[in-house]
Amino acid sequence: MAKEDYEMVIGLEVHAELSTKTKIFCSCPTEFGGEPNTHTCPICMAMPGTLPVLNERVVEYAVKAGLATNCEIARDSKNDRKNYFYPDLPKSYQISQFDKPLCEHGYVEIEDDEGNPKKIRLTRIHIEEDAGKLNHNEFGGGSLVDLNRAGVPLIEIVSEPDLRSSGEAERYLKKLKSILEYIEVSDCKMQEGSLRADVNVSVRKKDADKFGTRTEMKNMNSFKAITRAIEYEADRQIDVIEDGGKIDQETLRWDDVSGKTFSMRDKENAQDYRYFPDPDLVAIKLSEEYIENIRKGLPELPESRKARYMDEFKLSEKDSRLLTASKYLSNMFEEAESICKNAKSVANWLLSDISRILNEKEMEPENIPFTGRDLATVVQLIDKGTISSAIAKKVVEELFENPKNPEEIIKEKGWIQISDEGAIKEVVMKILENNPQSIADYKAGKDRALGFLVGQAMKETKGKANPQMLNKMFLEELKK
Amino acid sequence: MQMEITTLTVHELQEKLKNKELTSYEITKAYTDRIAEKEKDVQAFVTDLSEVALNQAKEIDDKRKKGEITNNLAGIPIGIKDIICTKGVRTTCSSRMLENFIAPYDATVMEKINEEHLIDLGKLNMDEFAMGGSTEYSYFKKTRNPWNLDKVPGGSSGGSAAAVAAGMVPWALGTDTGGSIRQPASFCGIVGMKPTYGLVSRYGVVAFASSLDQVGPMTKDVTDCAMLLNIIAGHDEKDSTSVDNGDKDYTKSLKADVKGLKIGIPKEYFGEGINPEVKEKLQEAIERYKKLGAVVEECSLNIADYALATYYIIACAEASSNLGRFDGIRYGYRTENYTNLKELYRNSRSEGFGAEVKRRIILGTYVLSSGYYDAYYKKAQQVRTLVMQEFAKCFEKYDVLLTPTSPTVAFDIGSKSNNPLEMYLADICTVSVNIAGLPGISIPCGVDKEGMPIGMQLIGNRFSEEILIRTAYTFEQDLKFRDNYQPKFKGGAR
Repeated sequence: MAKEDYEMVIGLEVHAELSTKTKIFCSCPTEFGGEPNTHTCPICMAMPGTLPVLNERVVEYAVKAGLATNCEIARDSKNDRKNYFYPDLPKSYQISQFDKPLCEHGYVEIEDDEGNPKKIRLTRIHIEEDAGKLNHNEFGGGSLVDLNRAGVPLIEIVSEPDLRSSGEAERYLKKLKSILEYIEVSDCKMQEGSLRADVNVSVRKKDADKFGTRTEMKNMNSFKAITRAIEYEADRQIDVIEDGGKIDQETLRWDDVSGKTFSMRDKENAQDYRYFPDPDLVAIKLSEEYIENIRKGLPELPESRKARYMDEFKLSEKDSRLLTASKYLSNMFEEAESICKNAKSVANWLLSDISRILNEKEMEPENIPFTGRDLATVVQLIDKGTISSAIAKKVVEELFENPKNPEEIIKEKGWIQISDEGAIKEVVMKILENNPQSIADYKAGKDRALGFLVGQAMKETKGKANPQMLNKMFLEELKK
Repeated sequence: MQMEITTLTVHELQEKLKNKELTSYEITKAYTDRIAEKEKDVQAFVTDLSEVALNQAKEIDDKRKKGEITNNLAGIPIGIKDIICTKGVRTTCSSRMLENFIAPYDATVMEKINEEHLIDLGKLNMDEFAMGGSTEYSYFKKTRNPWNLDKVPGGSSGGSAAAVAAGMVPWALGTDTGGSIRQPASFCGIVGMKPTYGLVSRYGVVAFASSLDQVGPMTKDVTDCAMLLNIIAGHDEKDSTSVDNGDKDYTKSLKADVKGLKIGIPKEYFGEGINPEVKEKLQEAIERYKKLGAVVEECSLNIADYALATYYIIACAEASSNLGRFDGIRYGYRTENYTNLKELYRNSRSEGFGAEVKRRIILGTYVLSSGYYDAYYKKAQQVRTLVMQEFAKCFEKYDVLLTPTSPTVAFDIGSKSNNPLEMYLADICTVSVNIAGLPGISIPCGVDKEGMPIGMQLIGNRFSEEILIRTAYTFEQDLKFRDNYQPKFKGGAR
């Protein structure tokens, strides 16, 4: 059979670090980086006799995430211990949640590969603590343990196996990231590992009603790697099945350099985590009032923002969706629009030139170095005729390099549009003089010649001449 | 003079401090001299802080003279079970694993002790990680019973009990997970109380079984017990399971009055396996309470058969997880003999833990394993709920329940240490109190023919420490055990 006869079945377990100021069970800072073991205390280093105290903010953030993804919130929940030995796990157990997660039965809406809306169901969202980090010792053998990250709060968002392509997986992940950013519970910095995913992949024949055996790839933290890994792994599985083989349920390691997956753990070592309720912590009981207060405090989410953009600014569905996909892009749009009141133009700049530059530079919207006010100024300068669109493109590029007030940029660079009638006339006369053939062509009915002449004039003025005025004046002269 | 001071109770010492009959230095010196004299026989200390203690005593006397310290308890010494973390002083849990572990923090109870300016005379011996009932499972030494040096002091707080009984410390802190305060108190003829779960902070107390562990006083009499409870009780933000029960003064309950008090005698605690001499003394105690005006009735607590099994499942399960952190990575013992991570773990833990600790870790790991969890751990939790309900039923009718603390008096050193099951049976009277999270107190009620003390256990409803103290105090004032019996340091021929 051919590849087209198979479909992928994908489920994701997404770990998002919560952006609380302090750790989940002690008051150490959660800040990324820092000299090894400086964001630690006896509690997160698991010194004998120390005890955890649950950070209430963590519960609040997790409930926020649950409400924003249409989950049911548990009124009665608890923390459990997941026991295993590893040097980055100082207590030798991770405090997590086993059978009573805070949030269950939610969904996130994405588009399938045909562009139709599709609900991806969430099994659960639970809270847990992050482990530390092992650094390989550059001074000889062994590893060094850094516990700065140990005890940083995480939510684990587990999806049902509802995703059917790497594209869906990517859109689902982007949607989750966007939601978490909107509700400000995680900064979702994938390169810092504050958003990472365990990817479960299986394949089955399209008419099959049972799922195939899945494999799992752990701790993936880039969209590109996840997409490639899913594609590779699905292909690999299809090949194994087509060759009459069987898929082993196992954990794989994705190697981004070779673009392949490798078997990670031997199956003999199947872990038994011996989950049991943590006796050091008390049950998490949430009142209706508590949950309602969080619900009321939720900010506008991407879906409703999108609808509002279509309604209020008359933007297209696509533009509204693209703008609202990122909280940062969307916030920049709103800031710029509120100043210059030209929604269409602001949206255009964000979705064309600015998005292109972000792509080229492999930057995320949150790293745009200038403000919505700067963008509004650019749009206003165009609208007032101070600069042309061509100059504006250069201004935007300059804003990425040396962010400052666009008015200053055009002054410094001498990019102010020439709108002085005398100056324009001078250029027009010069171009006409040098291009008698074009005049003849135009008079012979070739309208294209006008465009050529305007182009020449723009070239002469390095793009600074006001194009409308040029046009008008050439026409007047040609008609003489 | 030395003998005299070390036989005084803390409330007597406090009086003498207040009246300037004694200085803190004189008191502390009497105790350090006593330690120097008796430690070779009793073997109660893992870490002896005599030298530091004497300096502290001088400082406190100076400050008191200058009026910088006015508190009457300031400068009174205390002994601390070596499972309670003390900043700057090693906390070993009597284990090779923590032989050189020095905590960079004080347990909350130590902070409270320090706030009162009590002087820590040293860290007291125990069964390794509090697992045991005889203090024979200490990595360092076997503590002996001051009443008869050939007998065990009980455990796991055997060092604390023996030191108090021997007059080497005026009072001590112990911990009780299944009887580890009450049983050694009973064996050594002193008062020991396990408070209601949640009354005293567990922060900084190395965890054995988190849902059962409590710190409590081990004292010469009930008055001292109430005073020490006053110091250590109280809500602690650092312990989520600690309870805010208001600020109570337990010494207000030191009233000799049990008229009309309803005492239940659960018949299951007087059946097979209870030594006849123990039974006899308990019977006398019951008669004494009747004489004092209490209403005493036989009742039923139909859980004794299951309590021990339930206890060992829950305690071992929690211990197996709690003791995982002793892995040789960050602190504690690390083997020299490893070539990879697995060997580092395996050999550090094999060499660092003693046999009893390993036995319980294995048992606890087993009962939490997938496939066995439901049959053992989950079932045990269900039985735990039943135990609580059974007790609750009793407390609808009775203010206090009265039982033996231990089925026997102190046994011979070495007689049970190779038979874990028999050793576990020594906990039969005490474990259900921990399972239900209730307060319990053991006070002496007599001695057997060989002169070994017998303990009586009083069990109260949750947070009924005041009733327990009053009930125990009334009995103590009438029996006057301490006036008639003192440890004789018999035996111990070496």
